Amino acid sequence: MTLRAESVQLGYGERLVVDKLDLEIPEDTVTSIIGPNGCGKSTLLRSMARLLTPSSGSVLLDGKQIEKLPSREVAQRVGILPQTPLAPEGLSVAELVARGRYPYQHWYRQWSPADDEAVQDALALTGMDEHAGRVVDELSGGQRQRAWIAMTLAQGTSILLLDEPITYLDLAHQIDVLDLIHRLHIERGTTVVMVLHDLNLAARYADTLVAMREGQILAKGAPAQVLTEDRLKDIFGLSAKVLEDPVSGTPLVVPISAHLNSLQPSG
Amino acid sequence: MSRIALSKSSIPGRRAIASGPVGWSFRLRSLVVPVIAIALLVLMASLNIGLGSSYISVSDVLDTLTGGGDARTQGIIFDLRLPRTLSGILVGGALGLAGAVFQSIARNPLASPDVLGITWGAGVGAVSAIVIGGNLASLGVPLGGLVGGLTAGTLLYLLSWRKGIDGYRMVLIGIGISAVGYNIVYWLLTVGDVDSATRATTWIVGNLSDVGWESVGPVLTALAILVPVTLICSRTLSTLQFGDDTARGLGLRVDASRGILLLLAVLLASVATAAAGPITFVALATPQIALRLVRAAQPPLLSSLVLGALLTVSADFAVRVAPGATDLPVGVLTAILGAPYLIFLFIRNRRKETA
Repeated sequence: MTLRAESVQLGYGERLVVDKLDLEIPEDTVTSIIGPNGCGKSTLLRSMARLLTPSSGSVLLDGKQIEKLPSREVAQRVGILPQTPLAPEGLSVAELVARGRYPYQHWYRQWSPADDEAVQDALALTGMDEHAGRVVDELSGGQRQRAWIAMTLAQGTSILLLDEPITYLDLAHQIDVLDLIHRLHIERGTTVVMVLHDLNLAARYADTLVAMREGQILAKGAPAQVLTEDRLKDIFGLSAKVLEDPVSGTPLVVPISAHLNSLQPSG
Repeated sequence: MSRIALSKSSIPGRRAIASGPVGWSFRLRSLVVPVIAIALLVLMASLNIGLGSSYISVSDVLDTLTGGGDARTQGIIFDLRLPRTLSGILVGGALGLAGAVFQSIARNPLASPDVLGITWGAGVGAVSAIVIGGNLASLGVPLGGLVGGLTAGTLLYLLSWRKGIDGYRMVLIGIGISAVGYNIVYWLLTVGDVDSATRATTWIVGNLSDVGWESVGPVLTALAILVPVTLICSRTLSTLQFGDDTARGLGLRVDASRGILLLLAVLLASVATAAAGPITFVALATPQIALRLVRAAQPPLLSSLVLGALLTVSADFAVRVAPGATDLPVGVLTAILGAPYLIFLFIRNRRKETA
């Protein structure tokens, strides 16, 4: 199943955020969209999940305009985890995960053995089965994110879009959540697109990086091709050294702070 | 024929029931609470029907309602007394259900038709019909109430819509609409003649005592359609509880669903208000009482419906038996009965949280 944006123009009201952008997400890959704040990363992701209608151009799911497909059908194929998802107070983890089955249900069939199995699998895969009965607002940040990922898993989509899934987590939980996403990709063959701020983690977990600036794609490709010292200047206006990550072998971006400039060897 | 299978579900505390393409999952509490409430409702309704110039015992009332009893008792119950209690059940149930829908959509426990201006919108319509209509008032009141409630509901929707509905803004705008409606009603009272002003005043305080079959019939018909449709939408309602992006991601057409549910809630509240006047507090309190009894994450619709009916019928009964309370409007009693119970539930839950 492929997802493709074709010369999409995106914005909110009068303000244009993304202009004439093309992007194809290859099947069974992990793609990470990076770029400075306000460059249109989340806006692009939202349009691919059909949360935002392009003012021109179109998003194609398996070659068909996503706007014209039935909502239920899209929800069975593309899952989205928004940046700050909102759960009703007092909802338990299992009830949250069970909501992921919404696109498969009808008023006369609000529960089926298939629903039950999907919820069980999602809870087990995310390690949330032992917390199934706990209330979502009482969980730690990392556990809460796992619960939400379990909900999108129960949705059983082959494409999963994640908007900054690790932003409010500490480093250990960031690794934990990204490892989980990686495992999903391996075990289920899920195509993953995620907006990430941490370049080193993006390089480590994604097959493809998409670098954006001011609503345009500046570079796209393997992490080693995108994260070069010259390109980092173009994308972020950042002076940085790019080393090799001793753990993963992927690029490791080490920024040069202005206050350290005097310490850098000249030339 | 596939057989009906009852099983545990992977959601702690939920059971699943399935047969062929049909299946539901439910929590035991969300069935036990309405069942007990229905039993209490039958008892309170029978006690209420028994009241009058000649007292009829609960067992005689139940016997007559199920087809037994002598002709005289049948006449008294079916012709004279049933309409009052039945309209209490219908009006209270509709208000409880409307309140649960409003509170879920606004994600705000303050959102009820009284606060959001629907009740007083219906009030403007009904009182206008009384003041202007003269002899046509009895026909015009339900219609006027419906039109007034719908107008207020439309205003509420249009004014609070800004790229989606924000519950907090909805409550603030509703309070504004309420105040305008309230003042128009009182202005109308000064415009009309003494006779219609008196009749309008009886309507304003919320009253079940003058209800006959001619006004129960239309309410019964309206609710026979509105209640099942609303209950069917409960699945959509619980998905709307999430943020708009999550709900859209799950394949819900958020704006359309919210619009339909708001319309249903406005209709329920308007029909109830047009029939019995502005009975306040039922729609505000019962969803919160039901929520705490069922221990759910959102106001449960079925329990809110039954508890709304129970609260209203109990209040009506209390009005009739309490010494010196005979002239009290039922709306005052619903508040007197419901408020302490709601406060008790709040305190008990708080204790449980801190314990």
